[in-house]
Amino acid sequence: MSATPTTSTPSAGQHRLRHVLGQWLFHLYGFAGYAFFYLPILILVIFSFNDSRSVSKWAGFTLRWYEAMLQDRQIMLALWNSVFVAVVSTAIATVLGTLAAMALERYRRFPGRLIADITLYLPIIIPDIAMAIMLLAFFNLSGIGLHIWKVHFFGVRLAVPISVIIGHVAFNISFVAVVVQARLAQMDRTLEEAAQDLYASPWRTFWRVTLPLMMPGVLGGALLAFTLSLDDFVITFFTSGAGFNTLPVRVFGMIRKGVTPKINAVSSLMLGFSLLLVTLALLAARGREERKVGFF
Amino acid sequence: MNELLQRKPGLRAWLLLAPSFLWLLIFFIIPLGIIVVYSFLERDLYGGVVWKWTLENYRRVFDPLYFKTFLYSLWIAFLTAFFSLLFGYPLAYYIATRPEKTRNALVLALMIPFWTNFLVRTYAWLTLLRTNTGLINVWLQEWGIIDHPLPLFGNTFAITLGLVYGWMPDMILPIYAALEQLDRSLLEAAEDLYASGWQVFRRVIWPLSLPGVIAGTMLVFIPSLGAFVTPAILGGGKRLMIGNVITNQFLGAHDWPFGSALSVLMMAVMLLATLIYFRTGGEEARRGGLG
Repeated sequence: MSATPTTSTPSAGQHRLRHVLGQWLFHLYGFAGYAFFYLPILILVIFSFNDSRSVSKWAGFTLRWYEAMLQDRQIMLALWNSVFVAVVSTAIATVLGTLAAMALERYRRFPGRLIADITLYLPIIIPDIAMAIMLLAFFNLSGIGLHIWKVHFFGVRLAVPISVIIGHVAFNISFVAVVVQARLAQMDRTLEEAAQDLYASPWRTFWRVTLPLMMPGVLGGALLAFTLSLDDFVITFFTSGAGFNTLPVRVFGMIRKGVTPKINAVSSLMLGFSLLLVTLALLAARGREERKVGFF
Repeated sequence: MNELLQRKPGLRAWLLLAPSFLWLLIFFIIPLGIIVVYSFLERDLYGGVVWKWTLENYRRVFDPLYFKTFLYSLWIAFLTAFFSLLFGYPLAYYIATRPEKTRNALVLALMIPFWTNFLVRTYAWLTLLRTNTGLINVWLQEWGIIDHPLPLFGNTFAITLGLVYGWMPDMILPIYAALEQLDRSLLEAAEDLYASGWQVFRRVIWPLSLPGVIAGTMLVFIPSLGAFVTPAILGGGKRLMIGNVITNQFLGAHDWPFGSALSVLMMAVMLLATLIYFRTGGEEARRGGLG
């Protein structure tokens, strides 16, 4: 037993051994847990460099699947569609969600508060498949589904159904509101009161004090919305109609036709995007003084 | 106008809320209403609806053919929540008991797969699980551990594994949040009173982490019940969940009223599960808790 002399009774030694063994097993479990989360992704990325059509037998390193991806015009168009939809829907959802968060945090009790809460939080809880068919039925009935937004985006001609953007805003407002509200809840109100005591107008107070203080929350909310928009498959799939692809919709179509390392390459690209966004979110979170890591 | 706003804070609140509330009213609440109305209408032959009221769609939901799929989806959602809790709780506990710096890094490490595209994560498992060309079966056969491929794909195992992989962070994070706030002095007090390790867990740690367990279970159960991507990819076309049937009704069979009825029922089950779970969970927390 490796116990110290003062605790060298046999029972204490056994107790200590069991404790060490338990801790060791606990570490092993923690390690296995993270391996479970990371190994499948890691293997996916590794096989995107595989010099063979197979995604299970290694045949040497190549970049040809990335070349194939870059030359695939449909994939590139889907990529631009994804980015455009994410940028526009994030911009709208961030403004609307921030305003809503201010209302809910500043005016705790007001007539209709319950209705506002339900309307704002329901989209978070409801599964995306339900939201997707709801929107499909609505766009079909209202005729909005037919409107296509033709736009030049960084020199690329895009034709984006308005319905997709509307849908993305609808599911993103709530997430932005939650994140911004969390930030507002821990903000120091005395600074705003001080500004008003010094005769700053409500507008001036908002632009010069409130907005800068809640900016980390707004940025965090925007990054979450951007990620959710880039990642969404189900709602886009249902609201876009035939012929319009975002990257996830395109990948789903490719998976349906079979597994190739090209899908691994596109997946790795999407993974890279996610990593970039997490890093940015982390930098935004640095601005928060909160000790705990937030839920999102 | 300004004066009115000064006197009525409720009006100011609604002015700020108006844009998002209107957006969600038009593009969320009204569509929800449309689905509910559609579920009571008849279909026409071209994929539209006929404005004639009927309960036929709800009767058909209980047709064994569809009802079996419904029960199967409930079973999968239950399995997913169960295994996420079983494997996720110790992991949450592990994270919560690390030193602060490690803890934050571990939480972040959990967020990265969580922020990664769900479709990509599901596809990763497709390349691992496929029967003849999946990595796991290929490797196990090369190493001579098995002679014939294991049935890892196109079954309940594959779908549940895919869903657990996708949603387990939703289980771990709320439990971690509850455990992280746990007052260490309570554990010491229990040990001072000669409580065994199991007793400390059962009487102190578990009741205090229950809010996190309840939140986590709902966060996993609800999306699993409404799953569409996972069974579509890992079910191999053999195993369908309710989300796939709904999709087929809207995009394939063009029977929107029936698809609507299925969706309404699915949402009703989710609402019911939430209510029951929160009610029983709340009582359990009161009985088992210290307060």
